[in-house]
Amino acid sequence: MYAQALNVAEQATHDDPEKLARFQARIDAEEKIEPNDWMPEGYRRTLVRQVSQHAHSEIVGMLPEGNWITRAPSLKRKAALLAKVQDEGGHGLYLYSAAETLGVSREELVEQLHSGKAKYSSIFNYPTPSWADMGMIGWLVDGAAIMNQIPLCRTSFGPYARAMIRICKEESFHQRQGYEIVMTLARGTPAQKKMAQESLNRWWWPALMMFGPSDAASQHSDQNMKWKIKRFSNDALRQKFIDATVPQGHFLGLTFPDPDLKFNEATGHWDHGEIDWAEFNRVVKGEGPCNRERIKARIKAHEDGAWVREAALAFAAKRAARKAAAKIAAE
Amino acid sequence: MTEKNMPLWEVFIRSRTGLSHRHAGSLHAPDAEMALQNARDVYTRRGEGLSIWVVPSSAITASDPADKDTLFEPTASKVYRHPTFYEVPEEVGHM
Repeated sequence: MYAQALNVAEQATHDDPEKLARFQARIDAEEKIEPNDWMPEGYRRTLVRQVSQHAHSEIVGMLPEGNWITRAPSLKRKAALLAKVQDEGGHGLYLYSAAETLGVSREELVEQLHSGKAKYSSIFNYPTPSWADMGMIGWLVDGAAIMNQIPLCRTSFGPYARAMIRICKEESFHQRQGYEIVMTLARGTPAQKKMAQESLNRWWWPALMMFGPSDAASQHSDQNMKWKIKRFSNDALRQKFIDATVPQGHFLGLTFPDPDLKFNEATGHWDHGEIDWAEFNRVVKGEGPCNRERIKARIKAHEDGAWVREAALAFAAKRAARKAAAKIAAE
Repeated sequence: MTEKNMPLWEVFIRSRTGLSHRHAGSLHAPDAEMALQNARDVYTRRGEGLSIWVVPSSAITASDPADKDTLFEPTASKVYRHPTFYEVPEEVGHM
């Protein structure tokens, strides 16, 4: 789903200036950086952090929706939701693989998520108490993710860009199925319409926070832009998302929970009210409504699945031993 | 942790278009058979391919990016390997 610009302070590194200049020249020439190429330590660290946080977001992102698989209102919705959650698992795997090319192991990455050392997108720390939330996640959360991910298809690190191309291809189904759920509710009974509106009221602001801190407060955007890890600022992407999404909501007769939301004839954009950054910081720091529950669920899934991994390894060893024995017998 | 032993595999997929197998990504699996099954689930959820290869990542020998210039230099100077090097009168038509 989405990598959030969390902007953790980066320590200064002491790279060879000549190599650094050559590296920047390659970036400026739009060459892709590959895993075995020389890269500044800061670039490597930024990417390990961003790609792994992106992977964690996909994996944790399976939880709020997994909540509704057994209670989807029809077989069609259930099949679609299952496929979407399975995609998210797949997206997490593509991204873990991309991060691993930078020299970090899968076990370390999983450990960082479980210990709370690594972050994931703040959006997944909000609960999903109604079926309308499944629609809202697809429409708004995946919609915001697509806005952010399309430019990442051209990010400077090759394996990350390639993973993003694959993910973006699959993601558009997510947004459309979400919008269709919201549309069905918005055109349903008054109670269903109310459910859709109530859900939009809860998700709108957290969805806008997905783009990360405002440009004025973002500490690392400049360096990431220079390295072409990032190509658009947080605020620019957020505005693009608002401009695309507001008419889609109005089409359904829904209202947005922002009294300051107004179309600006002069700029051609939708002006919006102030985002509650205090809430954003609270959720990022672990004080959101579901942070503890999400990590607990991940750790439980990992521990409960340990026997499967052990059995698979034991089976592989047994099969290899049998093959070897058969070979000896044949000789 | 047991997973330290989980080898890495590179996945190649041949699409329906009949072109060569193409690198799709990588994954961890205990052995080749399970790597194939996992590759089916991870890389072909939408009919992307008709055939999958999995290769242990450790079995791949790659050229060194530092040697790129010397390795590929000989090709740069051989313009006569390209069709546009040769002149054919326009009257002859497309060739």
